[in-house]
Amino acid sequence: MTVRRRETWAAYGFLSPWIVGFLVFLAGPMVASLVLSFTDYDVLTSTAFVGGENYRMLLADPKVRTSLANTMFYTVLHVPLTMAVALGLAMLLARAGRRSAGFFRTIFYLPTITPKVAVGVLFLLLFNGQIGLINEMLGWVGINGPDWTSDGPWIKPGLVLMSAWSLGSTVIIYLAALQNVPRDLYEAAEMDGASPWARFRAVTVPMISGALFFTLIINTISSLQTFDEVYTAFFGSANQQTYGNDAALFYVIYLFQQAFQFLHMGYASALAWLLFLIIVLITLVQVRLSRRFVYYESE
Amino acid sequence: MTALQEPQARAPVDTGAPRHSGRRQRHRWVLWTALSAAAVVFVYPFAWLVSASLKPRPEVFDNVLVPRHWAPENYATIWSAAPVFTWMVNSVVVALAAAAAVTVSSAIVAFGFAYFRFPGRNLLFASVIGTMMLPGAVTMIPTYLIWNELGLAATQVPLWASNLFGSAFYIFLIRQFFLGVPRELFEAARVDGAGYWRLFWRIAVPLCKPALIVAFVFELRASWSDLLKPLIYLRDPALFTMPRGMKSILDQFGQAGEAQWEVVLAGAVLTTVPMIIAFFLCQRYFVEGVATQGRKG
Repeated sequence: MTVRRRETWAAYGFLSPWIVGFLVFLAGPMVASLVLSFTDYDVLTSTAFVGGENYRMLLADPKVRTSLANTMFYTVLHVPLTMAVALGLAMLLARAGRRSAGFFRTIFYLPTITPKVAVGVLFLLLFNGQIGLINEMLGWVGINGPDWTSDGPWIKPGLVLMSAWSLGSTVIIYLAALQNVPRDLYEAAEMDGASPWARFRAVTVPMISGALFFTLIINTISSLQTFDEVYTAFFGSANQQTYGNDAALFYVIYLFQQAFQFLHMGYASALAWLLFLIIVLITLVQVRLSRRFVYYESE
Repeated sequence: MTALQEPQARAPVDTGAPRHSGRRQRHRWVLWTALSAAAVVFVYPFAWLVSASLKPRPEVFDNVLVPRHWAPENYATIWSAAPVFTWMVNSVVVALAAAAAVTVSSAIVAFGFAYFRFPGRNLLFASVIGTMMLPGAVTMIPTYLIWNELGLAATQVPLWASNLFGSAFYIFLIRQFFLGVPRELFEAARVDGAGYWRLFWRIAVPLCKPALIVAFVFELRASWSDLLKPLIYLRDPALFTMPRGMKSILDQFGQAGEAQWEVVLAGAVLTTVPMIIAFFLCQRYFVEGVATQGRKG
């Protein structure tokens, strides 16, 4: 055996865990779920091929529309809010001295490691309409806060506000990007008499556009799959009807209910593929847009 | 990326000419006020949570930071009302298994990509990166059916065993570190007759410990916090992890009417505190991991 051949064999040996995992836990399941989406499989009885029936049902299902609308509404507010606040905080951190930046960065990151179950509990209590801290604070400035946790139209805005608590990772990513912006660019801009806003627009944003783009994609994908904290707060217990709480019915929650509470595995697989297509589509659009806005230094 | 030299942006701003110092002082003051105000907003929910969990029931919602009456018995209540200790142990075992499995397997795969040159490498590595974007919801159902078929669907095995095959982000992360190991070290060891496994285990791994720790603590956190998988797989309360148990505590004690929120809050504290401790022990690695995540963009 030549050295090259031997190296190739050894390489595939090292890669074998991933290759096996890819086939068994990714590629296989992807294909399987596509096949399942054309059946009415319920684990207990035998499978019947139903053609495009699941997809027809899905298009007519008002719950699909509701949960999609809820998820989109949340994403459209959550992602820009997270990015804007995180960028603001990161820019403050970039101006602070090294040691204080480290200290505050730790504080901003702490909520991210809080399990989402606890975040869901905190949401129910802090945003409680009658006795919650948020409304008490709104009361200090004379605002009569809404019933964030029980009044349908206010549930998602409340969840968006709560989600801003967990933006620490985005702050760290932006701070790392800001610290890599060459200082002389700012000095040159200042010499040319550029205002702070002009410097932000012409230097900061282009120089960290890679990080902005990355967080846009990552935050969008994870936001579309929001589950833990919302399920904790609004679903699963005896008091909460299985089909109730439409205002907090997020897409993955509905998918979970269909698959694992009603055992509609075929239908849920169709739901999963719709989500996959939506995510691919949104990501492609974002990638396209980014070609116009993202500045790559190496080019 | 060419401009990776240590940025001067971190240097404190007090190097300016004296005539600016008044303005700079004011700037610093504004900066500190803004940062401190933000810090209060981020820390306060924790403080509220811990404080409320130590209050007697009528005072849970008084929104006072220091409890007027202390009620540490809330923790005794939850301890006797639910198998909290079992859940804690379950969570620790599952999280350690998940983190260890993903770290070791990802390191092995990462070495395959970092050291060897072989046909198909770039294509395979592109597929690894591609899977990072794959939404977990799509594979959730067939994966469940696989474990069901194997008779393991009601056990804790599905919570960690799929980690034995490496995970895209960690493979990427560890590979970056392996690529930084000088190739001469490997060549020298080869000349001395070392096999490939020895190169990996004796040279690459010891030199890249920080990357392995990053992968480990990241997965530890992700696994500890996960609610979806335990909801799908665990039926027997004796097998619950802490978040799954926490959800059942909420359903049991957080109902309208006879709500015992102080017990729920004690549960929330118990779910959170182990992660806070882990975080302060390996803070550097958490931050490094997140920063790396951004750099791949």
